[in-house]
Amino acid sequence: MFSRRKFLKASAATAAALAARSGPAFADNAPGVTDTEIKIGQTMPYSGPASAYGAVGKAEAAYFKMINDQGGINGRKINLLSLDDGYSPPKTVEQIRRLVEQEQVAFIFSSLGTPCNSAIRDYLNENKVPQIFVATGASKFGDPGHFPWTIGWQPNYRTEAAIFASHILKSKPDAKVGVLYQNDDFGKDYLDGLKDALGAKNAGMVVKEVSYEVTEPTVDSQVITLQGSGADTFLLAATPKFAAQALRKAYDVGWKPVEYMTNVSASVGAVMKPAGPEKCVGVMVGAYLKEPTDPKWKDDSGMNQWRDFMAKYLSGADTSDVNYVAGYGYAATMAQVLKQCGNDLSRERIMKEAANVKDFEAPVFLPGVKVNTSPMNFYPIRSMQLARFDGTTWELFGDVLTG
Amino acid sequence: MSEARVASPERVAEPEGRALRLGAIAVGIVIVVGLPFVASGYHTSQFSQVVIYAIALLGLNLLTGYNGQISLGHGAFFAIGGYATAILSVKLGVAYGPAVVIGGILCFAAGFAFGLPALRLGGLYLALATFALALATPQLLKFKAFDAWTGGVQGLLLSKPGAPLSLPLTRDQWLYFLCVFCAALLFWATVNLINSRIGRALIAIRDHPIAAETMGVDAALYKTTTFGVSAAYTGIAGGLSSLVVGFVSPDSFDLFLSLSLVVGIVVGGLASVWGVIVGALFIEFVPNYADSISDVLGENAKALPWAIYGVLLILLMYAAPSGAAGTAKILIGAIQRRRRSSTNVALDRKAASGDQTS
Amino acid sequence: MIGLVHQILSGLAIGSIYACVALAVVMIYQATHLVNFAQGEMAMFSTYIAWALIQAGAPYWAAFFLTLVFSFLMGMAIERWLIRRFEKAPVLAVVIVFIGMLVIFNSLAGWLFSYTIKSFESPFPEKFALGNGFMSPHELGSIVVTLGVLALVYAFFGFTPLGLAMRAAAQNPVSARLVGVKVNHMLAIGWGLAAAIGAVAGMMAAPIVYLDPNMMGGILLYGFAGALLGGIDNPWGAALGGFIVGVLENIAGAYLVGEEIKLSVALAIIVGVLVAKPSGLFGRVLVTRV
Repeated sequence: MFSRRKFLKASAATAAALAARSGPAFADNAPGVTDTEIKIGQTMPYSGPASAYGAVGKAEAAYFKMINDQGGINGRKINLLSLDDGYSPPKTVEQIRRLVEQEQVAFIFSSLGTPCNSAIRDYLNENKVPQIFVATGASKFGDPGHFPWTIGWQPNYRTEAAIFASHILKSKPDAKVGVLYQNDDFGKDYLDGLKDALGAKNAGMVVKEVSYEVTEPTVDSQVITLQGSGADTFLLAATPKFAAQALRKAYDVGWKPVEYMTNVSASVGAVMKPAGPEKCVGVMVGAYLKEPTDPKWKDDSGMNQWRDFMAKYLSGADTSDVNYVAGYGYAATMAQVLKQCGNDLSRERIMKEAANVKDFEAPVFLPGVKVNTSPMNFYPIRSMQLARFDGTTWELFGDVLTG
Repeated sequence: MSEARVASPERVAEPEGRALRLGAIAVGIVIVVGLPFVASGYHTSQFSQVVIYAIALLGLNLLTGYNGQISLGHGAFFAIGGYATAILSVKLGVAYGPAVVIGGILCFAAGFAFGLPALRLGGLYLALATFALALATPQLLKFKAFDAWTGGVQGLLLSKPGAPLSLPLTRDQWLYFLCVFCAALLFWATVNLINSRIGRALIAIRDHPIAAETMGVDAALYKTTTFGVSAAYTGIAGGLSSLVVGFVSPDSFDLFLSLSLVVGIVVGGLASVWGVIVGALFIEFVPNYADSISDVLGENAKALPWAIYGVLLILLMYAAPSGAAGTAKILIGAIQRRRRSSTNVALDRKAASGDQTS
Repeated sequence: MIGLVHQILSGLAIGSIYACVALAVVMIYQATHLVNFAQGEMAMFSTYIAWALIQAGAPYWAAFFLTLVFSFLMGMAIERWLIRRFEKAPVLAVVIVFIGMLVIFNSLAGWLFSYTIKSFESPFPEKFALGNGFMSPHELGSIVVTLGVLALVYAFFGFTPLGLAMRAAAQNPVSARLVGVKVNHMLAIGWGLAAAIGAVAGMMAAPIVYLDPNMMGGILLYGFAGALLGGIDNPWGAALGGFIVGVLENIAGAYLVGEEIKLSVALAIIVGVLVAKPSGLFGRVLVTRV
């Protein structure tokens, strides 16, 4: 018995030693990284009221699959763990802790939702886990002074609103503006951004602001109210479904204001066609991505790359959904950062390279739009171009403006 | 000479039964106390959520299980408690302990206030009215006028409290013990309440409201007070939850929270104090479990976990409509009946052989 | 003034959809004393079936009627194979089953058809020949369709033997069985009818609210509100309640309290009415003999 126990102990020790040597070489300061793979995590709303945005996560996962099929980055495959949080912050906190503490991911990539990212920002910064390219346009996420491990990606809502504000002031300084906004961070950030950009002395320009909930069936009532307020300029801080309803109703009740719309809803296939293209003539948006259903990009090589990608990795998905374009852009930028890291995939290096992207252009960006970051600038995309809908396509006009 | 048949199996089984129960309780205490030291921070916070749900379910069970008033909107009280704790500690600098308690008291008032019109609403109408309350809650929380206090759609961040007196506990562990302590107090209070005159009055109101009134039970007072107490429990749970998560926002308290609470008390078993633990474990872990099942089905099945969850719910209701506690009672009853009849058989045999010898 | 007229008309249009949903909910309630929380999701699923049929090339009205048939069968199947097994279960257990159904339909739709919004055809022309700005043809059309459905249901229950048998089965199952009514069949048919009415609601709603798996959530709530307001045991009251809720919601939002807390105002109004008249505006007052 005694000798058997000794023998067992010895063999266990040997086995452990051998395993340690031949096992995955986890670097001390690079969790989630081995010689052959890098494990990253994210939360996405695959269920619940925001589930339409789950398409972003699907596009990102598919993009990394494509990269892996091409051999990965520096010989490592990207393993994206994408968990559903149902757009509920307590669930986000739980899933992120699971990813960081149990799955030991290298970093968190493109988690979606302002409240969700707000809930995890402190935790990730405290634990020095990079929170890279958060999928929200809220301006609070570009604050390297206080939160050096968190960085945004898309043009933030205030930038867009500011671009609209300056256009209004230039082209119609006596405008009476009515705003329809979604009653959440997205809509409110827009509204506040517009008011801030118009400035205190132009505060009277906003004559009516009306909100709606995502659970509401229609916004017809809100549009009628806005018409009744005498506004002649209409800002739609609304997601596709409600933007389409609003555009259609405005036309149907005979209200013809100058219309500005958030680029989230700048989709011919998802908004203009359902509303009725003739009802949307003249709508202006701030764009930074090529819109997939826009005839202008029919033969564009960048969009064809995207179309081939969709056909191969997301066949059956709705190619008029601009979320798939955005997801592609996010993932392409991430791939660039990983390339820049070379073989040092520690969290510090990853964060350093995320703050060191220079003039990166993804195939799906509008010409002139680039990703630029620096240790003091955590707003990677700040350029947009105004575009006007002419009944068939988006006509870009003016210069590429940088907020 | 035949011996008396065994009428009450408890008397025969008593010494072993008691030892078994004490043993189970001892094991339970060891597990509960030892858990945060063997589990990771992440798992400990999950178990804190389980305890929090158990407290909320205890409250809801008082109202629905023992007093028969169906509420599909208890998420609203969870939200009030959560926000009260957050606002008190972040905006008013109140310490977290008193903040949770004050949140509970506020919820009592809110629950009592809602209980008053609820008196006029019978079963189904009350269920639908509380359903509407659950849906209206996120919108109320986003109301512009309250923005300065609630943080509006951006929500409020709370700092997680650390262990006092420099005890060698991590924040997760300290919060866990805080939750367990609150739960223990509330469980003890509930058990005493149920077994008292008040508890019997509640059950009487649930089963035979008219007879209860005739016997002098002031149904209106009991019902509204129960609403208040039930809301207070759920509010305390909400307050603790805001500490554990460290963040409150209107999106944190959606309709699904209210529905999960109802699922919890039914799965655990209505009118059962210990069933709520099963219910709490269910609503915390089964969605994750459904997640891992659907992972097997591949990338495209991202939303399918909820379909799996739905199927599990239906199967569970089919197999155990009276919940875990109800099913346990049935099983124990069956076992005891079997024991009783076998004891009787043994006694009969003994009597028969005794007759022979005497 | 014009704004008010607009709001009322638009409220009536969306109210017609609430009325359909309320009617479906009440039908099931009358037959089984259960509130079908999954009514909205079933309607949404039916609408997706219609969409798929149209995508496959079917003309609108063919798809419409095929969907009605499909929904009817689906409702019957659910009653026969799922709900009937829970006949003897406690009320709350059945509520959980409904919640399970709700979640299953929602997930399935998201999985099969994805969450991107889709547009759904309306059978009515794009605009009136006379250019009326007050109401779109579809809005008017859905009010007409709802009234048509109400009329059909009224005629069915009031003047056909099957309708009479169903009313008997709902009011007094024991006596109904004694006179030869197959109560279980009646239950299944009731569920089928409710599912078909729900499908109509979905197909009328989709052109207005656009088709996505979460489209019926808000509508269901207002449908419930309508049913409560009108009286959960009175189909006509419930439908009228639906119209009232539609108009009330618009007026409250536009003139009384602003869009921000519309839902809460709706809730307050409902609770207020119920406190004053617990069985709803048109419901039957139950008096219990002690």
